Amino acid sequence: MKAQDYKTLFGGAALLALAATLPLYADAYWLSLGVSIAMFTVLATSWALFSGPTHYISLATAAFFGVGTYVTGAGIDILPYWTLLPLAALAGAILAAVVGLATLRLSGVYFVIFTLGLAEMIRQCVTWYQNQTGHKGTYVLTDLTEELIYWQLVALASLIYLIGWAINRSRLGFALRIIGDDEVVAAHAGINTATAKIALFMISGAAAAVVGAMIAPRYVYIEPSIAFTPLLSFQVVIMALLGGTGRLWGPLAGIIPFTLLWEVISVSFPNQTTLLLGVSFLVIVYLLPGGFVGLLERVRGRAR
Amino acid sequence: MSRTILTLRGATKQFGGLVAVDHMDFEVAEHQVMGLIGPNGSGKSTTLNLISGALGLTEGAISLNGRPLTGLSAQEISRRGVARTFQLVRLLPSMNVLENVMVGALFGHRRKHGDAARDYAHAMLEKLGLAPLASAPIGKLTYIDTKRVELARALAGDPVVLLLDEWLAGLNPTELTEGISLIHGLRDEGRTIILVEHVMDAIRSLCDTCVVMSSGQKIAQGSPDEVLSDPEVIRAYLGDEDA
Repeated sequence: MKAQDYKTLFGGAALLALAATLPLYADAYWLSLGVSIAMFTVLATSWALFSGPTHYISLATAAFFGVGTYVTGAGIDILPYWTLLPLAALAGAILAAVVGLATLRLSGVYFVIFTLGLAEMIRQCVTWYQNQTGHKGTYVLTDLTEELIYWQLVALASLIYLIGWAINRSRLGFALRIIGDDEVVAAHAGINTATAKIALFMISGAAAAVVGAMIAPRYVYIEPSIAFTPLLSFQVVIMALLGGTGRLWGPLAGIIPFTLLWEVISVSFPNQTTLLLGVSFLVIVYLLPGGFVGLLERVRGRAR
Repeated sequence: MSRTILTLRGATKQFGGLVAVDHMDFEVAEHQVMGLIGPNGSGKSTTLNLISGALGLTEGAISLNGRPLTGLSAQEISRRGVARTFQLVRLLPSMNVLENVMVGALFGHRRKHGDAARDYAHAMLEKLGLAPLASAPIGKLTYIDTKRVELARALAGDPVVLLLDEWLAGLNPTELTEGISLIHGLRDEGRTIILVEHVMDAIRSLCDTCVVMSSGQKIAQGSPDEVLSDPEVIRAYLGDEDA
């Protein structure tokens, strides 16, 4: 490793440690905002690990997240909570592998629609199953405090950053950039494009499922329309693109302003949050094609 | 006669009712430079696509060093030792020249890791006269340099067979001379090459043997001089009156 690498690692660790101190001084309101930001940090960063380099826009976040919440919902009375997190990761990874295998030949808009439909389909299946068995929702009763949930999410975010950092330095990371640039060239250069894509999609799916498993106790009561809400998938995409997927920390630059803005708007104008989503999307498309990261790099390029 | 490297037996590609490549048979020997020529639309590029795995065979078989390539994906064929350039140059726009070439060294036939891949890619750039452009972005290159980068990428995997799809097309006369001498250099190194080409000067000076295609079929095979004076070949290119 080079000196620059150590600097990045220690810098990142210091910032995450700083983030972990939030519960020590924040009140309940700010802590709950902190949980949202930590949650979206994991979701959007892990989303960008796959979608950033490959340019495959996945709207499956809600599917993985929902599966995670239901792993906790179904398992909390049977198994100790801590065993549910790796189980959720496994469930998310398996689902991602299945989706990956099924959508290998899909590209562009077909992949987007498939992933959107996937979350809906699983939601309908869970609803159907619950109707068959006669119960509507599931209670998740634990003694996990908001602080503990926050720290878990920060720890997971640290893990995702570490994985992302390692991938960016690896052959796999380079292979994904090639796939994103030109998949035909990637295949003709000898890259197993399917394996590379599925591997990353599995990491991304596992992370989202674990977030769902961690958040479930906060919901207390879960039902399919909460766990599999398509809104979540769109929020994640918008936040990641707003921040920029060109850098590992890019999504965070979108998550913080977006979450705060979302909070302000949902307090004062609860019906206008969709508008925010739409306007942000237009801003990204017309003004910030590379997100804040892209903007920063353009400004730097001009200054040079 | 040296060892046979690549064999096509009855290789056929059908697109719906159109037979683009119709029972092609030929062999390429080690260190041989083979020209695949013929009028536009005769199936030359499709034949290359069948060899590189860009397209799957409808019928027939292709083998490399006696091992079948039939049914393998492009990435597996590349790893077995077939590298190619594309008719319309395909470079990776988000990467610089060196990174583009490293792609071949990292993932191609003879894979190298880390610094070894970087060094090998540098050596390829050196060889093709691209060393000063190593850190240049792709968008800044001249046309012939984009072609050079693509060739360097193909060579960086140290392939068993190199497929060049109209690599010399679109070059101006000066560039063409440079291009031909570059491929001459590869030939002198003992590379096994199949080139699809329209530039007759290049075919005459570079190819040991030629396969001529017309409407998906092989109509002639032999040395460049032989096939270019073959009445059937002339008819295929120019029509009946001139034959």
